[in-house]
Amino acid sequence: MFLLELKNIEMTYRDEAVETRVLKGISFSVKAGEFVSIMGPSGSGKSTLLHILGFLDRPTNGVYTFDGKSMEEYTEDELARVRNDKVGFIFQTFNLLPRTTVLENVKLPLLYSGIKESVWDTLAREAIEAVGLGHRVEYEPSQLSGGERQRVAIARALVNKPDVIFADEPTGNLDSKSGGQVMDIIQGLHDKGHTVILITHETYTAEYADRIIRIKDGMVESDERVLVRRAGSHLVK
Amino acid sequence: MIFVRTFKTAWNALIINKARSLLTILGIVIGVAAIILIMAIGQGAQDLILGEIGGLGADTIVVRPGKQPTGPSGSIDTLFSDSLKERDLDALRKKSNVPTLKSVTPAVFVSASVSYKGNTYRPQVFGWSADSMAEMLNIYVTRGVSFGEREDRQRESVAVIGSKVAEELFDGEDPIGKSIRIKNKSFRVIGVLPPTGQVVFFNADELLLVPPSVAQLYLLGIDHYNEIIVQAESPESVDRTVADIEHTIRDLHNITDPEKDDFYVQSQSELLSMVGTILSVLTAFLASMVAISLVVGGIGVMNIMLVSVSERTREIGLRKAVGATNKDIHRQFLVEAIVLTAVGGVIGTLIGFALSAVAALILSRVLGVSWAITFPVMAAVLGIGVSAGVGLVFGSYPAHKASEKSPIEALRYE
Repeated sequence: MFLLELKNIEMTYRDEAVETRVLKGISFSVKAGEFVSIMGPSGSGKSTLLHILGFLDRPTNGVYTFDGKSMEEYTEDELARVRNDKVGFIFQTFNLLPRTTVLENVKLPLLYSGIKESVWDTLAREAIEAVGLGHRVEYEPSQLSGGERQRVAIARALVNKPDVIFADEPTGNLDSKSGGQVMDIIQGLHDKGHTVILITHETYTAEYADRIIRIKDGMVESDERVLVRRAGSHLVK
Repeated sequence: MIFVRTFKTAWNALIINKARSLLTILGIVIGVAAIILIMAIGQGAQDLILGEIGGLGADTIVVRPGKQPTGPSGSIDTLFSDSLKERDLDALRKKSNVPTLKSVTPAVFVSASVSYKGNTYRPQVFGWSADSMAEMLNIYVTRGVSFGEREDRQRESVAVIGSKVAEELFDGEDPIGKSIRIKNKSFRVIGVLPPTGQVVFFNADELLLVPPSVAQLYLLGIDHYNEIIVQAESPESVDRTVADIEHTIRDLHNITDPEKDDFYVQSQSELLSMVGTILSVLTAFLASMVAISLVVGGIGVMNIMLVSVSERTREIGLRKAVGATNKDIHRQFLVEAIVLTAVGGVIGTLIGFALSAVAALILSRVLGVSWAITFPVMAAVLGIGVSAGVGLVFGSYPAHKASEKSPIEALRYE
């Protein structure tokens, strides 16, 4: 049984007269607990693919099945619900709310969840501890380093205990040391049983995963197992 | 619960941009402050004027000759009609006609100058019993003596004068017992009224009272009255007294059709409600003029909210990515606009109250009246309510714009 399954996914953007085919029929499946890297040069359509995978956008054609249910069957509000409790996002540019504390940033997904307000604080602090930022709870993003900011974003992605974590170039804006730390955490999440889908254009980063799907010109170029996984010093235990 | 949380989120967003938020609500603050000020002054004026009229006593009834004036030209009829005479007075005095009547006094108005030695002054000359005025308006002769029905019956040429009249004519001399001339007739001053100022429709300090029959006979050469002032036994019996008066005079004048009445009866309560209505209409009119400024303020709020929505495109995208529905985003921005304008309403109300306290102090000084400081609760509720309503109306469009942003567009936005 696959957790998510793509069949002939196509995506075409229409901008007045110009028609751009970004995805030209993509098919693959991911099992629960897998760690998959999606690689490709810029313009290959990997970000668009992630948006579809993460329920942020609907494909022009093709069938996307998540947890046994086709995306077409979801209303907009139901998609928001799925994004809230099944999915966690980590962005290249962190996307933290400025002038808002780490704690409040991490709480953000809880605001839209059905979880009782009384446990929000505990859940958020747990997630912050898990990324090793327990001492930064009351800091604001502007007082944190890039690596720390991305770890806050990871905590935010974790707080709702999602089935899948989507990471879009999570190390793209970081130096290699902070990038390594962030990847260690992501790998740790996978080891704890989370399904992780990582988008990157660096082979080095992609090799943390146990499977790499290469995308080129809107199509799957290759889909292979990683024989020797990059080992990290796990922060997450 | 969800509202408290949304309120907190909105509050935080507004606090982050303190200066901008304050400037945005300035229009609302000014508008609401102006409305509160106008309503407070209107209320103060109403209290003052109604208080003065009310000072006449709720049991006072006035009978005037002519038709009830329906416009400014109608009052001319009242001035020239001679339908009310002594027989009417006598008829009203009969217990069998108007059983609930307590007292009745006639009044005539004289337009004349008064002189003493070389000094001349033009007071308001009323042929009206000084005793009756004292009882009705609570202004009692403090120097000398008053006069009443006995002096009227005996056609005594006596006068009671206001403090200003005394000052103008006598230059500090004691007026009591002195002889003054009105229309070449000699009158003896027997009493002086204390300085009182404006009372209802005239200035008590500029009064000169003589017995009504004397005014009719010696000053005007007429046999009718300009007014007959009646006091009912109690405020409760006013309606019945009015009906009895109308009936009695109609009988006397052989009038069967009330449409053809050559007199009209007005009670103080009627006058009170009339003046009250005029003042509140005026206040409401002014307040609604100022309310236009709230619309202008609302447009300012909408403008800034639109800027804010566009600036926070990334935030909106992020919120949607982590599970916010369109409705959540819509509510967030709408509540933000409402909180913004409601805060403007509260600040405006406080400023408005402060300004009206200052205005009350200044008016009391300048006009020399006891202008009460009023804080109309209605105005506060209205001010804050209306400004929150402005937020609701003018926040809807920006909130709609925000909710419609697609999450990927929003996240891509740099």
